[in-house]
Amino acid sequence: MKIVHSWLNELVPVGDDIDAVANIITNLGLAVESVERVGGSVTGVITAQVLRTEPHPDAAKVHRVFVDAGDGVERHVWCGAFNMQPGDVIPLATPGTRMPDGRVIEPKPILGISSDGMLCSANELGLGNDHSGILILPAGTPLGLPYGEALGRGEEVVYDLDVLRNRPDCYGHLGVARDVAAKLGATVLAAPALPALSSTVLSATVELVAGDRCPRFTSTVISGVTVTESPDWMRRRLAAAGMRPISNVVDVSNYVMLETNQPNHAYDFATLGGGGFRVRLANEGEVLVTLDDVARTLTADDLLICDALDRPIGLAAIMGGQNTEISETTTTIALESAWFEPAAIMRSVVRSGLRSEASARFERGVDPLGIERGIARFVELLTLTCPDLMVHDGMVDARSEHLPGVTKFSVRPVRVSALLGTSFDATSIAALISPIGFGVEHVGDDLEVTVPSWRPDCTQEVDIIEEVARHYGYDLLGKTVPKSTLPGGLSGVQQRRRRLRDVLLGLGLSEAMPHPFLAADELSKAGLPSEAVRLANPLVVGDDILRTSLRPGLLKALAFNESHRRPGVALFEIGHVYPPSSDVLPAEHESLGIVVAGADARAAVAIWRELAAAMGWGARLDQGSIPAGLHTSRSATLSLGKDAIGAVGEIHPEVTDAFDIAERVAVLELNVTVLLASEPRVPHWKVTGRFPSSDLDLAFIVPDTVAAEKLDKAVRQAAGPLLVDLSLFDVYRGAGLPEGTRSLAYRLRLQALDRTLTDEDVASVRGKVETATAKMGAVLRG
Amino acid sequence: MIDQIHTARDSALVRLAAATSSDDVRTVELEVLGKRGTLTDLKAGLGRLATIDEKKEAGRSLNEATTQVSDALQLRLAEFRSTERTVQMEAERIDLTEVMQRPGRGHAHVVTQAWQQLEDVFIGLGFQVAEGPEVETDWYNFEALNMPANHPARSMHDTFYVEHGEPGSTVLRTHTSPVQIRVMQNIQPPIYMIMPGRVFRNETTDATHLAVFHQIEGLVIDRGITLADLAGTIEAFTKAFFGEGFSSRLRPSYFPFTEPSAEFDIRTPAGDWLELGGCGMVHPNVLRAGGLDPEEWSGFAFGFGIDRMAKERHAIGDVREMYSNDIRFIEQF
Repeated sequence: MKIVHSWLNELVPVGDDIDAVANIITNLGLAVESVERVGGSVTGVITAQVLRTEPHPDAAKVHRVFVDAGDGVERHVWCGAFNMQPGDVIPLATPGTRMPDGRVIEPKPILGISSDGMLCSANELGLGNDHSGILILPAGTPLGLPYGEALGRGEEVVYDLDVLRNRPDCYGHLGVARDVAAKLGATVLAAPALPALSSTVLSATVELVAGDRCPRFTSTVISGVTVTESPDWMRRRLAAAGMRPISNVVDVSNYVMLETNQPNHAYDFATLGGGGFRVRLANEGEVLVTLDDVARTLTADDLLICDALDRPIGLAAIMGGQNTEISETTTTIALESAWFEPAAIMRSVVRSGLRSEASARFERGVDPLGIERGIARFVELLTLTCPDLMVHDGMVDARSEHLPGVTKFSVRPVRVSALLGTSFDATSIAALISPIGFGVEHVGDDLEVTVPSWRPDCTQEVDIIEEVARHYGYDLLGKTVPKSTLPGGLSGVQQRRRRLRDVLLGLGLSEAMPHPFLAADELSKAGLPSEAVRLANPLVVGDDILRTSLRPGLLKALAFNESHRRPGVALFEIGHVYPPSSDVLPAEHESLGIVVAGADARAAVAIWRELAAAMGWGARLDQGSIPAGLHTSRSATLSLGKDAIGAVGEIHPEVTDAFDIAERVAVLELNVTVLLASEPRVPHWKVTGRFPSSDLDLAFIVPDTVAAEKLDKAVRQAAGPLLVDLSLFDVYRGAGLPEGTRSLAYRLRLQALDRTLTDEDVASVRGKVETATAKMGAVLRG
Repeated sequence: MIDQIHTARDSALVRLAAATSSDDVRTVELEVLGKRGTLTDLKAGLGRLATIDEKKEAGRSLNEATTQVSDALQLRLAEFRSTERTVQMEAERIDLTEVMQRPGRGHAHVVTQAWQQLEDVFIGLGFQVAEGPEVETDWYNFEALNMPANHPARSMHDTFYVEHGEPGSTVLRTHTSPVQIRVMQNIQPPIYMIMPGRVFRNETTDATHLAVFHQIEGLVIDRGITLADLAGTIEAFTKAFFGEGFSSRLRPSYFPFTEPSAEFDIRTPAGDWLELGGCGMVHPNVLRAGGLDPEEWSGFAFGFGIDRMAKERHAIGDVREMYSNDIRFIEQF
């Protein structure tokens, strides 16, 4: 909302200190986003008088103009216009002036003689379209002054306010003035008196058919209207507030709206069928041509203003119809000023996509009792250009029982102070809220508060508490820090998540944050089931799937990096996925995704093992169950009990192809909501032996059908408590081995806690291991 | 015998003096003091001397000679070791700026870094951390927060609707505030909680706006909590997070879920004011929705963007870059 300083200053004297006024407004909660200066003079352009002109012998298109800028110094200026005479006062742009079009005036010489500036046309100064010649100012204009000042053309200062949803009244200068006046201890300009009535009876009848949607509709007939231009000051203020001046009747209508926040509409009385109004709901499919020349098809939920003959003449609260528009021949107008039910207006606006200054105000809520002030002001202002104006027979005021009544409730000073940390009593509260229009009545220690009709936002005690704080000043309420009796900290899950992230970072993985929305085909591209929750209104058409896996996003990230000459990237993400569910909400949970470009399935398993060790996780690796989208012979499902909690291995080559990734991709995806939920067992100390250890290297020829994990287990069991560490250090397939087998070489580190091992101890372990592994088809080599 | 001892000694000393490497010294050691060494042989010959006096004299002389040779030998050896170490050191010289590869560490996302820093500051102020779902019901995201259907303030939230359940019943949360309600329903006050998380707004992205971003929300509910407590907590946070030179102020504003409502701004040491977030006293309707009696409990809430903290801290010109997953971006932080 643009608030014009001079306008505000007329409603309440606020002084000239623009920054101070902006601060007051901001501190009242009506944030001033910017302060602009519009109109006024172009700095550097001053008035000067033409002394004489001198043609140039070689140049017919320019001549030298000698001027005096009031200091008695003769200046010469090259000029391409010839419309001035000696004695004329003209605007002179002195060197260094920045013109509205951005040009900077320089003493550029023509034909070897420099110019002391430039003479300006009206167009060049942004004063209109006239560029036929230099602007000739009225005779007798003082010299050497900024031309705007000489013309009496004031600059307007405009505050651009971010008006909040709860302050519909501040869409008018009056609302802001009321707040500022209270803060300054000043009084707002009183409403003008309704003018005396003409004795000639002329009225426009009003029939309220849809009284629930239009609880109040008034009509006032005004004759003696001459359509002409508005006074300069009004045109200037309207322009400064962002409205184009049109004609006196339209301008006054807009001016009253911008001042009082009460929209109104003037109909040409001569074209008003039956000489009256009828307010009803539209028929489904009914058509109205609005002022903007568009034929609009309405629904049965749109409210129509019709004339007394039931001909639609306006879409209520939004825009008038073309058929009753004011024209240059209009002499008598019927002025509508009404109050409409806000929520219904909002529906019509959304449905029609038609938004106007009036509808914006009605849908937020205007003052149901502000109509009188608006009409009085309308008449007062229109009289300035229409001295013969007559108001007929007062105002026809049709109301229904749906008009909001007076809101009253009790406010407890104890409660106010409890919430604000103050010790306000009823009297100090009253002193803060009566100046902004609240009625107060002392009832015991409490106050019975009557809300002014322009503050529909105030419906309960806490609303008044905010008003008290606002007008007392938030900055005066002090700063205290409440003492929590609870220990601060992260929950167990949160602590474990941080540990998980630290381990991942330590493993050299970097954190990505892909978008949680996917295109419909991206799940199938990743080889995943296509069942997913969809967005009803996606931002990007096509990106309407809520991800069920972190893989598609991470694969896109790898593809991006690979295509930017960064192969071998290792990424992780900890983020939510949203699988569908028949519950109240989707089966949202937190997931960990890891992708390593240029690494194979063994790298993924190695990462899983490291994480499992660091986090105390145990899960079964089941290579018999191939997760969707993974390499069919290089992947496994990770299970906890009966539940699958993850997938490990390598991305299926068809999937990497689909994502345009040339490298192999090692992958691990885990449901961390499950894995982080339980607190892992705290590791207990295992005694580190002091006696020397012995290493026993054993290589087995094992059929491919026997998993290394099984052999591990058999070795561990057979070796018994002397085994302190077991590591696989070589895997060999090829020459010298039977088809369908490979050699697995393990190092067993043996150690006893109570003695140095003997050769017999070692031989005994070897024997037990050999026997146990032989049962699985493993043959000890060498 | 004595002469033989002296000859052997002098010969050894001359050879040691002439030695050019520690190997030469070791050869002398072997040939003079070793098992078959000249002095060792003489020692074995002591027994063949006739008189005790002769034996004594020769023995003393032999000991002196052995000590002299041995000392000279150690001295020469030390000299050679030192030179040879120096030569080795020089031969092993490495230009330490000739580094081909770093071990490589993982990089946490900038938003995660800001997120954890914020959590840590609030934990220091006595807060706990709560989380909630990103897909929410309309009730938690709007109704319970004093924004019933058709509430004008809903239009301030560009909401993503999700096709789940009844049309319009499920949304991507537009703010972290629904977690407030979940916390109130699950925990008896006192509540001192922050709620960081991902939020969604259906608006076109540009260099300063994202459709998917992160907020952190604070909620305090206790007996006798005041607006001054809110201002003080914001101030304490400002100083703890940004530094002692920073301060804060509250400015009246409007949010449906708080009243009185405020914007909070921070003042940099240079004197500039930056708008940071919104806050206010929890609206009685919101307390009721959370199952709390507003006559018994009062509280405040505040919230602001995490992404913006990362953006300002690292002077990131375009917030979209944070979500490009470009490793060249990620590795910078």
